[in-house]
Amino acid sequence: MNGWRRRGGLVVAALSEREAGLLRGLVGQVRDMLAARVAAIPQDELSELTGITAGPTTAPADRVLARLLPDFHREDATLSGGLRALHEPELVAIKDEVAGIVLDTCPVRGGRVRLSDEQAQAWLSALNDVRLALGAVLEVTEDMPDELPPEDPRATHLAVYHWLTWVQESLIQALAGAEGAGT
Amino acid sequence: MTTPVELEQTQVDPAVDEVGTEDRPWLTIVWNDPVNLISYVTYVFQKLFGYSRDEATKLMLDVHHKGRAVVTRGSRDKVEIDVAKLHGAGLWATMQRDA
Repeated sequence: MNGWRRRGGLVVAALSEREAGLLRGLVGQVRDMLAARVAAIPQDELSELTGITAGPTTAPADRVLARLLPDFHREDATLSGGLRALHEPELVAIKDEVAGIVLDTCPVRGGRVRLSDEQAQAWLSALNDVRLALGAVLEVTEDMPDELPPEDPRATHLAVYHWLTWVQESLIQALAGAEGAGT
Repeated sequence: MTTPVELEQTQVDPAVDEVGTEDRPWLTIVWNDPVNLISYVTYVFQKLFGYSRDEATKLMLDVHHKGRAVVTRGSRDKVEIDVAKLHGAGLWATMQRDA
């Protein structure tokens, strides 16, 4: 992949088969984790009747999910719990939707990706979710080295993380265009 | 910690309420985290809240260097929605009452 470009009103890039497979796999994993979170919410008669399910009131124990679905307040657990129950279903739905857009537009065997601005925004969010998830697993810090010693079990995954960072940065530059959101 | 803020606001007699409590706005705080890109945070501030590039950059730098920044303020309802939007974008945001 050589980065994203604006072409004729679209945002385009070319992915190799390996890159497409890697990206689809990671986006799919984040989506599955979120789906498992939803599946764990007990259904009651009221939610079956109304079709509206309240979210859980407690933060996920898993650190990846906890980063994707943060608390609303740092100290007030009651306030945080109430707002989580109210907003988490929609937040999960947003993340599921952007992941779905990536899976719909990223060719399984790689090749050209052509995105409308709206689809490109979805890619941006989904890429960020995957980086947040990987960052939580790898316990990324601000001064993370470019490479870890080969014997470090995180070395391969860190390379993937840095690649995703580059893909996301390139997409931001293409989306922001001349107005430029990059620094 | 055990009393939801909503109840506090609706049930307390304003006459005996702590002075100024009702006037203190809520704040939307964005916290520094090691994953979100500087360019992405700036982009999100522009997109979600309509900040100019300069304003968004200044807020991003506050997050980056001071560890946090107040990005919006207002009623509880407004700030709650802003925090939810920031969570949608993957930023680490919380709300709190202005001190």
